Amino acid sequence: MAEILVKNGYVIDPANGIDGDVADVAIRDDRIVESVSSGAKVIDARGKVVMPGALDVHAHVAGPKVNVGRLFRPEDKLFKSPEARPNYRVEMGFSIPSVFKTGYDYARMGYAFVLEAAMPPIHSPHVHEEIHDTPIIDEGALPVFGNNWFVMEYLKNKEIENSAAYVAWLIRATKGFGIKVVNPGGTEAWGWGLNCLKLDDPVPYFDITPAEIITGLMETNEYLGLPHSMHIHQNSLGEPGNYEVTLDSLKLARGVKPRNSFGRTQVMHSTHLQFHSYGGDSWANFESKAKEVMDYVNKQKNITIDLGCVTLDETTTMTADGPFEHHLNALNHLKWANTDVELETAAGVVPYVYDKDIKVCGIQWAIGLELGLLAKDPTRTFITTDHPNAGPFTRYPRVIKWLMSQKAREATLGTFKHRDKVIDATNLHGIDRELTLYEIAQMTRAGPAKALGLSGMYGSLGPGMDANVAVFDLDYRKMPDDPEQIERAFQRALWFVKSGEIVVKDGEITSHGNKRTVWVNPKVKENAQVARDIHEKFAKDYTVNLDNYPVRDYLAPNPLVIDVDVEA
Amino acid sequence: MATVTLTPTKTPGLYLEATTITPDAFAGKTPAQIAGLEAREGKVPVKLGEFFRVEGAPGKTPAETDILVDGDCTRVKYLGYKMTAGSVTVNGNADMYVGGWMKGGRIHVKGNVHSFCGIAMEGGEILVDGKAENYLGSAYRGDWRGMRGGTIRIRGSAGNDIGTFMLGGTIVVEKDAFIHVSTHAEGGTVIIKGNVEGRVGGQMVKGDIYVLGSIAYMLPGFQKIGQVEKEVDGARVKLDHYIGDLGERHPKSKGKEIYANLFVRAA
Repeated sequence: MAEILVKNGYVIDPANGIDGDVADVAIRDDRIVESVSSGAKVIDARGKVVMPGALDVHAHVAGPKVNVGRLFRPEDKLFKSPEARPNYRVEMGFSIPSVFKTGYDYARMGYAFVLEAAMPPIHSPHVHEEIHDTPIIDEGALPVFGNNWFVMEYLKNKEIENSAAYVAWLIRATKGFGIKVVNPGGTEAWGWGLNCLKLDDPVPYFDITPAEIITGLMETNEYLGLPHSMHIHQNSLGEPGNYEVTLDSLKLARGVKPRNSFGRTQVMHSTHLQFHSYGGDSWANFESKAKEVMDYVNKQKNITIDLGCVTLDETTTMTADGPFEHHLNALNHLKWANTDVELETAAGVVPYVYDKDIKVCGIQWAIGLELGLLAKDPTRTFITTDHPNAGPFTRYPRVIKWLMSQKAREATLGTFKHRDKVIDATNLHGIDRELTLYEIAQMTRAGPAKALGLSGMYGSLGPGMDANVAVFDLDYRKMPDDPEQIERAFQRALWFVKSGEIVVKDGEITSHGNKRTVWVNPKVKENAQVARDIHEKFAKDYTVNLDNYPVRDYLAPNPLVIDVDVEA
Repeated sequence: MATVTLTPTKTPGLYLEATTITPDAFAGKTPAQIAGLEAREGKVPVKLGEFFRVEGAPGKTPAETDILVDGDCTRVKYLGYKMTAGSVTVNGNADMYVGGWMKGGRIHVKGNVHSFCGIAMEGGEILVDGKAENYLGSAYRGDWRGMRGGTIRIRGSAGNDIGTFMLGGTIVVEKDAFIHVSTHAEGGTVIIKGNVEGRVGGQMVKGDIYVLGSIAYMLPGFQKIGQVEKEVDGARVKLDHYIGDLGERHPKSKGKEIYANLFVRAA
């Protein structure tokens, strides 16, 4: 029986309404408890900030497209890889780090759970192999459904029950976590050289619209009562003027009620909203519509969002939005990789340099931060960089710095070549809000835990919770004048206890931890038609045999399975 | 100027990665300190002093420092790595990455160099009296930002992949070259004074190539537009003028498309 007492820190735990109280956090084995014996190992957190382990709702950290990025960008490792050290596995890369560096870097920042944001179902074994090789952090993965042939056929006929039976089967088969939707209809349309940039653009052959796919998958999600809601990367990503399509998609959640036993209250998670809050009709008059979008999000309680902040780095974009990557490659002329994934999805990868001296990049940077600063409810607004699309996840501390300090924002703005033009095209310069540590904890702990339906395990320091506790070098009563200290503190936790084990001390990895794969097991009653459809399509259209398709148990050797009993 | 002389005393068992043999690393140090500079033999950290006798003294700044490596460096990589000023002279051969990521100063190798000489170079001069292997003045593997400035002159021949993704600067090969010259280049000048096997200028966007011998196999993406007479590396020659690569995108300037130029000695 291992006991740890994190003593006398300033505890910030929004799930329990605690904001900076000096208190102790007691840990026995892998759980937080009321108290421990006098023999417990003591971590002295006096004068430091203590938070629950953080959760990342959206990052591309494992799977075939991440690996394509690693393979076709050897230059991402050049001069950016730390030298090998004893007791560490090899850390390599910057925007597409090796699996070991991914686990270490998240742990150094005090992250306990990360959701891989787009798993191509047929490649789920690869995703799970990488997840298994990523140390310390717990991970889940969202299979993509927005361009899936089965789903489009069922939803076209409004067969929610069949759609649900299929989705449940696929989530089980892939050991997935929930329903991801990427450019609904558009990725499939690209097989015909087309795209769906508006919600009523029909998908060729399937004759269904993005609006019908979104609505249908929201209903499917609530029919199943999954822990997480439908998680959507909307149509028309990255296009000037796309905020109207964004608002139209968000409006589809109106009147849809959450139905689940996990405490989740949203029915739509709209991801990397920065890429979807653009005004203007060309790159010349490109501008922020963050205010218009957030005005709607603030009113609509059944929507959660994450930011997708641009961090002004050289990075690697990767998405199941195949047509977008093609479009991006035509803009920057760098490398482009692309694949079509059978009946399921597609993906593309293109390197991208967000240059602070390019006006559009500066505006994108401002939009991401505006979304966070204009949010009225931080428990529905989560910090992400859509890793690695808008920047690597290792920049979260920098994003936190910008959100917490107007001085830091102005300093960055001051380095832009087109500062005044960026100011004219955005709202950021006029926003003096500085988020508090409590609000940051809402955005990275309590909020995402609730939205993922994981608030019974993560994101809080209440007794019975998983023992994930981070200690940061910040004085709650006397926050530093120099915003760089905020970034440094969140980059390297003084201590991080993950599932009851000390994995980080003074920003250095001390243990490879007890990594778990979190997956959802929705149990629905037998559906003969869907079973027959699956057999038929595998016989006729897939390149693999149905028996070879599901993820074997050995690929997720430390599972944390969430059973969902679906009432008929 | 002050000269530091390194005399090889031991042949490395594995290749020695001597990223510290630069005027930048030597400037202002005593011979003992220089002998204590770190290098790698395989993955093992070693000291320069284990492989070289160090004599003489460097200047206060890199610009005032000349390094003479008085012997063979066939098993030494990264000579002049990232150097900004001063000079490095090698009385013998050198292995890979001579002058890699170099920003300024001069390197003179009196023997041959292996591959990746002048990789991603930004400025300065490299002179090789012998021949060069592959990836001369090319970009790092995967990178689209190749050689940006400076001059490389190879008195002998060169292998394949010369000036890949080149953006600026000049490469002169005084004898023959094999395949892949200025692939993906968007600037810079490559002069091959001998013959080239082929694949010259594939996917080239901008920049100039001069071939004063012949090209055995021309790429189909280049189109002959006329003949010109030009001075190339000190001699006047009559040249066939080709533009290309017509299969690649090309930027516009004043409404006109800019192509890469390939000049081949007229028959």
